[in-house]
Amino acid sequence: MVGWLFLAPFAVVFLLFLVGPLVYAFYLSLFTNGLATGEEFAGLANYSRAFTDPAFLSGVWFVVRFAIVVIPAQMLVALVAALVLDSLTSRFAKFSRLMIFVPYAIPAVIGAVLWGFLYSPNFGPLEQLFGESAPFLLSPDNLFYGLTNVVTWQWAGYYMIIIYAALQGIDPAIYEAARMDGAKAWQIATRIKIPMISAALVLILVFAVIGTLQFFTEPQVLLPISNGSITTDITPNVYAFNLAFRFAQFNYASAISFALGIVVFIGVYVFLFLTRKRGGFLK
Amino acid sequence: MSVLSSPVRADDAVDAPRERRARRPRRRRTGSHLFLAFLVLYFVLPLWFLVVASTKTPGGLFNSPNGALWFGEDFALFDNLSTLFTYNDGIYLRWLGNSLLYAFGGGIGATVLAVLAGYAFAKFDFPGRRVSFALLLGAVMVPMTALVIPTFVMLSEVELTNTPWAVILPSMLSPFGVYLMRVYTADGVPDELLDAARMDGAGEFRTFFQVALPLMRPAIVTVLLLSVVGTWNNYFLPLAVLSDSELFPITVGINLWQGLAGANNGGGVSLYTLIVVGSLVSIIPLIAAFLGLQRYWQGGLSIGSLK
Repeated sequence: MVGWLFLAPFAVVFLLFLVGPLVYAFYLSLFTNGLATGEEFAGLANYSRAFTDPAFLSGVWFVVRFAIVVIPAQMLVALVAALVLDSLTSRFAKFSRLMIFVPYAIPAVIGAVLWGFLYSPNFGPLEQLFGESAPFLLSPDNLFYGLTNVVTWQWAGYYMIIIYAALQGIDPAIYEAARMDGAKAWQIATRIKIPMISAALVLILVFAVIGTLQFFTEPQVLLPISNGSITTDITPNVYAFNLAFRFAQFNYASAISFALGIVVFIGVYVFLFLTRKRGGFLK
Repeated sequence: MSVLSSPVRADDAVDAPRERRARRPRRRRTGSHLFLAFLVLYFVLPLWFLVVASTKTPGGLFNSPNGALWFGEDFALFDNLSTLFTYNDGIYLRWLGNSLLYAFGGGIGATVLAVLAGYAFAKFDFPGRRVSFALLLGAVMVPMTALVIPTFVMLSEVELTNTPWAVILPSMLSPFGVYLMRVYTADGVPDELLDAARMDGAGEFRTFFQVALPLMRPAIVTVLLLSVVGTWNNYFLPLAVLSDSELFPITVGINLWQGLAGANNGGGVSLYTLIVVGSLVSIIPLIAAFLGLQRYWQGGLSIGSLK
């Protein structure tokens, strides 16, 4: 029973700020709150509304498409950088490792503000490079790539450090043995290094999926300077926030939060279950 | 090939690949270093812009003879800093103080809870342990932003919104921190050592504080750093639960200025300059912390993924 004494403080916070809000969100989502009607029990009406709401569905579609592009981009940059860094021991390599990691220490808000400046036609360097024909990376056509760039910049370094740490944990004697058998450097990278760090890759992928599907900060921060190409329903989280804090529709916003949470949870759980042999996370 | 019959050739065979190995990486290193240099340029570009822009006068920010990525004619960094710290009765310093309070309050709280819970999961067999741990793993997968709106409504019912507690208390929840502590403690703190302490008559708490805790230090630093950074960088939660700008952390504050700057609401002061200098000042503490604590977190980050 001593175990429970050590666990108890965390368990209290867990119940209050994780189980509590989840249950409460579900409860709120079962009601509607009209100005004329007041609070009324509505069953699952909010959910059927959400899953037929074009604003919500387009937001879901946006984050899914975004995840499909941005996650491989981040992971590729992180993996290649980590493999290169793992093969070098120079001072410049050590310096590069820190510089690539630095964006992780910068709040996403500041990162978004900075890239907003760099994209800006008034301040940014693009205007000086391309003149009048400079692309505005937050225009409706370029927005997707503009945001991909911000998010890749923010997170690739963190993923790189995790992969790098995993690579450093491999016993070099294995490479020696492979070289004896005539393996070339890229064969060692693809056949030995990458399979041996698959647990780290699965972990990163899970974090990236959870993070990307709840995409909020960057679009919310860049919204005012995007000339309208970032809408208040661009992602489910931005939509839920605006429903709650601009239109005071807390019941419907709770339904959207809860639906998003459940979808992410189930998706990640299924993914971990399918990859459980490779990942060390679910055992 | 017979090694025994021709020892000279065997030596050659060992030496040859060693030479080739020494030569081959040297040729490739130039390419690798160029690649790294390119990556460094990309990742540092926004920071370089920030440093350069912080030294410009408000006019120079928009119209600099040397472009956005090089210094302007006037060096106005110190003027900009003094404007930053005095604007609106020094609201920026308040935001910085709030960020520190929330980040350390939430971060230290989260770490203490994670250390205790991780130790419980790793070293005790208690009823409900398996179920609790499965719940914990499930919680790692719950997107935290899904909790923000219901947390806001819950806190507003007990009238805790718009107080520091509304940010600090929810930030103390770190299921991943508990997971990291458990994984680290399971191997990093040997059972034999704990049993020996108990045999010598130490109680459970003394065993924990004097034997286990010192051994858990690398993981503690990692979890502390990750949770402090997580809270410092958090935006959605404080944005939702705080409405008084005196209570804002730096992230929400800078965002407030950005919104006002777009609407030209600076009241005679260039908010763009304040945003740039304010961003620069706000990222210095975290970058310093990461550089200073390198040897802890670089190893610590691999805890969860090396299994």
